[in-house]
Amino acid sequence: MEIFKIQFSAADLKVIAPELVLTIFALFVLILSVFVRRQSRGPLGYTALVGVVIAFFSLFLGIGKEIKAFNGMVTMDPFCLFFKVMFLIVAFLTILASLGYTKREGIDLGEYYVLVLFATVGMMLMASGVNLLIIFLGLEVMSISIYVLAGIMRDDTRSVEAAFKYFLLGAFASAFLLYGIALTYASTGTLDLAGIGEVLTRQAWISSLPIVIIGLALLIIGFGFKIALVPFHMWTPDVYEGAPTSITAFMATGVKAAGFAAFVRVFFYALPNLQAYWTQIMWILAVATMTVGNIIALSQTNIKRMLAYSSIAHAGYIMVAFVAGNELGKSSILFYLLAYVFMNIGAFTVVILLGKKGEENTQLADYAGVGFKHPLLAASMSIFMLSLAGVPPMAGFMAKFYVFSAAVKARYYWLAVIGVLNSAVAAYYYLRVLIYMYFREPERELAVGAFSPSAVLAVIISVWGVLQIGILPSTFLALAQRSVQFLL
Amino acid sequence: MLIKYVPVLFLLALSIFFAVFVVFLSHLLGPKRVHPVKAAPYECGMISLGPTHQAIPIKYYIIAMLFLVFDLEVVFLYPWAVVFRELGIFGFVEMMIFIFILLLGFIYVWRKGALEWE
Repeated sequence: MEIFKIQFSAADLKVIAPELVLTIFALFVLILSVFVRRQSRGPLGYTALVGVVIAFFSLFLGIGKEIKAFNGMVTMDPFCLFFKVMFLIVAFLTILASLGYTKREGIDLGEYYVLVLFATVGMMLMASGVNLLIIFLGLEVMSISIYVLAGIMRDDTRSVEAAFKYFLLGAFASAFLLYGIALTYASTGTLDLAGIGEVLTRQAWISSLPIVIIGLALLIIGFGFKIALVPFHMWTPDVYEGAPTSITAFMATGVKAAGFAAFVRVFFYALPNLQAYWTQIMWILAVATMTVGNIIALSQTNIKRMLAYSSIAHAGYIMVAFVAGNELGKSSILFYLLAYVFMNIGAFTVVILLGKKGEENTQLADYAGVGFKHPLLAASMSIFMLSLAGVPPMAGFMAKFYVFSAAVKARYYWLAVIGVLNSAVAAYYYLRVLIYMYFREPERELAVGAFSPSAVLAVIISVWGVLQIGILPSTFLALAQRSVQFLL
Repeated sequence: MLIKYVPVLFLLALSIFFAVFVVFLSHLLGPKRVHPVKAAPYECGMISLGPTHQAIPIKYYIIAMLFLVFDLEVVFLYPWAVVFRELGIFGFVEMMIFIFILLLGFIYVWRKGALEWE
């Protein structure tokens, strides 16, 4: 009997160095959390923060030429490097925003930070996996952590409801994805993305076309659920509203970016030969996602719910670039996600700062008069809202500009027109927040406690990110272009 | 390509037909003498003492969950024991890391009090 020899070297470990660092820190925080007393839990969050910073520097260990590790399961190319940096930024800002918030809501548990770190590990695996099973593994590590995080406020029925809904629907979507993977394997005989791409360039696969197409559709459903595309978006508003606000920010940016990372890699790396089949589907999904997200967002009065629908709409804009599929399209997906990370986490952090215990002050009416009471915070919120609406010189404008010009270049004129019309509609509900903040008299006192300095820091970093990307976009676009080079 | 699966289709059709046919035949030919005991959901065992849809203390779920974790550890340990010599020092180190991570989990549940029954 021959035994399958498992071989790996130190070079393999360097490729997944950031994942390893985050895992070690997560385990360390977990053990630490059961040995410290309830009052002295403060350092746990900071330990997790240190872990994220060290993971960032450990990225340099793996940088080199395009290398594959663990028998070609995991890679370290510019594409995954871009996403890994993005996930670490997301984790960093989320933990910064959480430090004061968790204390206020009574969820300052070690497990909170442990699960944030594990979810980040899962996202990184999704971006760096070049084997469908590794991508699925990453997706599950991320999802299971997020299911628990969504329900971590155990006394709040909305939070528990959010976790339960997300878990049931998410498990269902995972099954779709897994079935898609199985059918793809059945028709191509390999799980390796490059291998699948290679098989599909040959003519012989035409005989198994129906299986390939069904597999493709199931993969779209699986990924579409994670990035909240219409019609797989039903869970989004309830989950985003019920989950703790910091976790909502984490989900809206990190989970979405991870979903897109795997989506882009699988479809442009393994299935480009099927582009003729999936472009039509994506076109419809993009239009439906933009339109439904924006139109329902118009009538929302809860700011978290409004941002949930807005995040659906933004997934639609990114899908426009996905449909375009040209060089600018692919790089603008990455650019858009990076810009979205800063503006969205920033907006949610402002919601955290203005809230109070028990998830209060999340109605739009509560924001009346904030512009004069907390001028700097309101100014930051205005920057995020204008950026989400796509007003120059914010990051959101440049992101939309690249996405729509990619669509025009690829001759999808109608798609670009629908996208621009949608942004015009969206301006209404983003600007409404500004109107409440500056032009309405407050109906009641907004008893806001002392601002947590770390969350303020998160807002400052986000403002910096939004302005930096918006005013000097070329460096970031060049980075994004270099990252998608291998997909061409 | 698909023609190869035609026998499977035949077998499927045949087995569905046979199952339906047999059930139908016994329904047609079998004698039917219904009395209260036979009409009850179960014909054997004890008569149930009350409603079975009851809340079960959450403690049992925790024990079941912990059992699953440590049972799976054993599932991994047996194959390792079989090929222990062939895997050599690499396998040993790898398994030690695996057991160490589980040990951390064990410390966690212990300190959390999940092992206390009361």
